[in-house]
Amino acid sequence: MNARAMEILVGTFMLLFFAAMVILAMKVSNLASLTGGDGYKVVAYFENIGGLKPRAPVSASGVRVGQVSDIEYDPETFQAKVTLSINNEYSEFPIDTTAGIYTAGLLGEQYIGLDPGGDIDFLVDGDEVEFTQSALVLERLIGRVLVNQ
Amino acid sequence: MLNAIQSLGAKTLSAVATLGRAHAFLLQTLIGMPAAIARFSLVIQQLYASGVKTLSIILVSGLFVGMVLALQGYNTLVQFGAEESLGVVVALTLVRELGPVVTGLLFAGRAGSALTAEIGLMKSTEQLSGLEMMAIDPYQRIFAPRLLAGFLALPMLAAMFSAVGVLGGHLVAVELLGVDVGAYWSQMQSAVSFQADVVNGLIKGVVFGLVVTWIAIFEGADCIPTPEGVASATTRTVVKSSLAVLGLDFLLTAVMFSV
Repeated sequence: MNARAMEILVGTFMLLFFAAMVILAMKVSNLASLTGGDGYKVVAYFENIGGLKPRAPVSASGVRVGQVSDIEYDPETFQAKVTLSINNEYSEFPIDTTAGIYTAGLLGEQYIGLDPGGDIDFLVDGDEVEFTQSALVLERLIGRVLVNQ
Repeated sequence: MLNAIQSLGAKTLSAVATLGRAHAFLLQTLIGMPAAIARFSLVIQQLYASGVKTLSIILVSGLFVGMVLALQGYNTLVQFGAEESLGVVVALTLVRELGPVVTGLLFAGRAGSALTAEIGLMKSTEQLSGLEMMAIDPYQRIFAPRLLAGFLALPMLAAMFSAVGVLGGHLVAVELLGVDVGAYWSQMQSAVSFQADVVNGLIKGVVFGLVVTWIAIFEGADCIPTPEGVASATTRTVVKSSLAVLGLDFLLTAVMFSV
């Protein structure tokens, strides 16, 4: 086999590799929808986040508008501090928006739902979502029902 | 009794000596690497021999492994009404584990054995000594380009294996079993992370590529220069590199994915 044919085949091999990487990056993983730089961050404090994980979706009216970028425990307020990264195209959430932790389906993953309020000022980078609703923890709910009977 | 102890000692010593020769061999090959990179056409030749020629078996196996994963995963997930998560199962299994591991095993069988046989034949027909007589360093001319090519080819093949596998899973899940096409891809995208899953899978491929090619070249260069010696060296290559791939995979998984 001459050198030219071999080099063409190796070049095709490289192109196939690049195609595979594009599929893995764009179709299989979340590289296309990463909101690392082009989102603004707001924080929300929750009494209990249940099973919320980093990279969980943030949605408003069921539409995905961002993702949870960081979760940590705040030792001063004894609450969970959740940082939400919201896409810049959804920049007009009123400042009195409510953030709640919900579960997709009965056993699905947990996500944060935003319910917009009525204020004329909008949330900007670094703001805090004041009104929050914690996750429903099933054991506590059952415990409360049992105690009330 | 004493004879048994003696033979145990002799086996241990020879195993340690082989290990030492293998490392000295790797070091000398790495020293010869700059000269091989300077003559990159040699590396391209080897990329053709070990990469392009392995491509067809990788693509076909990837397709079938992805299809089987989708079939098996569906049977389990449908009991929980969670068949929409089939894409996650297929993609994570392929990208994290099966892509690099199966590619490593197939590469050892297809390209590794060929490398050992080729170099073993060069040694038994005294071509390697011939090169040295002509003041050509076989580490620069023969071993380094092959090591570099295997090191590059295996992660690339693993990426193609995973990509084709996910497409094969799509074929079975969406076209055959009727899983919703949007759910298949969108759940996959939200669960698979590029840095944590895809890149770590590639790192596994790089490690396997280095180890499999190293074992193959060393077994060839270290074989007894007879037809039987070459044959048993080829067998040893496949056995040792398969074991190395599986053992290293456990270690790498423990380091990468256990929090």
